[in-house]
Amino acid sequence: MSITHNIPSYFHIKVDRELCKKCKRCTNHCSYGVLSFNGERIVADDSKCVACQRCVAMCPGSAIRILNNDSLLPPHGNYTRRIRNIIWAQSGNGGVMLSATGNDRPIRTVFDDLLLDACQITNPSIDPLRETIETKVFFGRKPKRIEFFEDPTNPATISLKTEFMPNFEIDMPIMVGHMSLGSISYNACMAIYQAAKELNILAGSGEGGLHQDFYEYGPNIITEIASGRFGVDINYLKNAAGIEIKIGQGAKPGHGGHLPGEKVNTLISQTRMIPKGSDALSPYPHHDIYSIEDLAQLISALKEATRYKVPIGVKIAAVHNSAPIAVGIVRGGADFLTIDGFRGGTGAAPRIIRDHAGIPIEVAIAAVDTRLREENLRDEITLVAGGSIRYSADLIKAIALGADVGMCSMPVLIAMGCRVCQQCFRGLCSWGIATQSEYLVKRLDIDVARNRIVNLFHSWNEELKEILGAMGIDSLESLRSNRDRLRYIGPNPKVADILGVKHAGE
Amino acid sequence: MTEKSKGDEIMEKSKFIEIDAAPNNQPLGYKQLNEKIHQALELGYKNILLNNVCGQRFIGASLQGDLELQINGLPGNDLGIFMDGPKIIVNGNCEDQPGNTMNAGMMIVHGDAGDVIGLSARGGKIYIKGDVGYRVGIHIKEFERKFPVVIIGGTAKDFLGEYMAGGLVIALGLHFTEDGTIEESRYPICGNELATGIHRGKIILRTEEDLESRLGVGAKEYKLEKTTEKVMKEFLDEYCEIFNIPQEIMYRKPFKVIKPISKRPYGGNYCGQIV
Repeated sequence: MSITHNIPSYFHIKVDRELCKKCKRCTNHCSYGVLSFNGERIVADDSKCVACQRCVAMCPGSAIRILNNDSLLPPHGNYTRRIRNIIWAQSGNGGVMLSATGNDRPIRTVFDDLLLDACQITNPSIDPLRETIETKVFFGRKPKRIEFFEDPTNPATISLKTEFMPNFEIDMPIMVGHMSLGSISYNACMAIYQAAKELNILAGSGEGGLHQDFYEYGPNIITEIASGRFGVDINYLKNAAGIEIKIGQGAKPGHGGHLPGEKVNTLISQTRMIPKGSDALSPYPHHDIYSIEDLAQLISALKEATRYKVPIGVKIAAVHNSAPIAVGIVRGGADFLTIDGFRGGTGAAPRIIRDHAGIPIEVAIAAVDTRLREENLRDEITLVAGGSIRYSADLIKAIALGADVGMCSMPVLIAMGCRVCQQCFRGLCSWGIATQSEYLVKRLDIDVARNRIVNLFHSWNEELKEILGAMGIDSLESLRSNRDRLRYIGPNPKVADILGVKHAGE
Repeated sequence: MTEKSKGDEIMEKSKFIEIDAAPNNQPLGYKQLNEKIHQALELGYKNILLNNVCGQRFIGASLQGDLELQINGLPGNDLGIFMDGPKIIVNGNCEDQPGNTMNAGMMIVHGDAGDVIGLSARGGKIYIKGDVGYRVGIHIKEFERKFPVVIIGGTAKDFLGEYMAGGLVIALGLHFTEDGTIEESRYPICGNELATGIHRGKIILRTEEDLESRLGVGAKEYKLEKTTEKVMKEFLDEYCEIFNIPQEIMYRKPFKVIKPISKRPYGGNYCGQIV
């Protein structure tokens, strides 16, 4: 690339020459090739820096600081630095721009415009520290009504007529989103699955198969069937709490997957069941699903394959017409439905899709929940919602809008050490999370990571109980779809209408 | 293995049961039919004959082990989905998606079959006597010793071997008349978008037709090499034996091989840059 088109770096690394002990630890820890030792001192190539903070954290002398590169571009309110950078990058490379994590555009978050209700006098609150507040969720399809065989001549004999679908119990309304071994490291997967088991919550396997080492965590894992069918065999189906047909992902609705061959090492090869070094392409659609009828067919096939023992669900990205699609999915026989909003994360997705496709999860939950209730289907299924549930407040609001379970991934990664540098697709994660390099993976201590995830969700659950207590609700189920306990304070009353939420003061 | 257990195994294999898929001319639902199959398996039957099958889906779904299912009638979609080992013989035609995500086993269809045959299969053999529909052999893979093979006696439609990630697809372009004679099919060996998106594996077509204009993205025509011929012959011999086809018929026409241009067809399509 010629000098005239060099992209100005975002960051500037400042090494304090007095504090630097020249131990070169930073140069070993930087996986992006930014820092080096020139024989005299540590030097930095700012253009490669992603601000992952690894060098800062590892410097024994606290000598490194990462600053904004304040070398100014001519200011322009419309052609922002970001847009100019995209143009420079594309005119240099000529390819589809990749990106990772969730949408980072500063678009207004509806969750932040919602306020929660609390009790005063007329409806007493509950003390969560002394009284029981239930945050369990029964996961799976519920019967519409329960019917019995009754013998009028012998009232003592009564037996159940309704056939129950498989259900299981989780202790918190939380699911760790689908991140495959491949998108994240073995250690990261292991920490997540161990935490899920310890907390009795759910974790998604992602679409890259399930390594044999993880089979023992199967009762807390939802495995995923995506268009590539990677790693899908009968063991994969049998070793899961539930199976999810992945139609779409919030970060890249309508897009397939593409794991480049160079990332398919022995571990990934065994898990995905493809040859080493071979590209893993997930086709854009499932080629056996072109309609709701076809989807129903795959749902039925999976139920047959697992002998009706585990719930089968479907995941869709939140898009403009999610509500009617959701109805089709429920009528098609899905036991649970997962919706992933436009802020949902990814290990690699075209920037254009991540940044511009889909709709917010808040409105998608409300639209789907409303439509399912209109069709008298809502109580039959478990609705999982994700796509940037950042902290417990978002989780609580998602449930009040109509979700049964909140799904999130980024908070889990951040808990493990992720600094959100958004370079996951490069496989160079200096924290050992989004990488397959053994040298980097071993930086992530499984036990530490697991404990941090356990702590995080334990605190979420406690906060959930605090809020429920303050609302005078003793069971999570009574909060679900209870939009009367929400008020809107945002600038756009139309949003409140769509959410079915009153404005603050109403 | 001791002599005794060998004897037991033969006894086991010969345990045979017939299941009527439409007792009293009332076809069972797929759930009932599959339940009957599972009951028979639990009783130790390894050899099952299904009669009067009439479009029931998911027959043989996720079955494992050394079993044999014979089907008289027309099995519905997703025959043998997720199957891992058994042998299924269909004495007639078969609908869409047989061998969907199959891991191992064998499927023999003495007739025509529909679309999307062997979707994402990782292993096993699917031998079809007649013609097939669209998107056959789509995204079949291979892994370690698993190597899926789809052989089509007749012709295929568009998107044959789309997204192929391994394995072998062979189409022969033969036509079997009612009276049992074997002639060359009047129809083209395959449709358009042949092998589009292929990044591993091979398609072999027994034809003199010009395929150039039908090739999809990332696919290229090659000559049949000795090593490929050897691999092909092994499966073709088995195929000829099963369907009683004289081997000399096979070599009346040349074989053309379709292979990927690259294992990384979309490698240069993306770029990462800190913006």
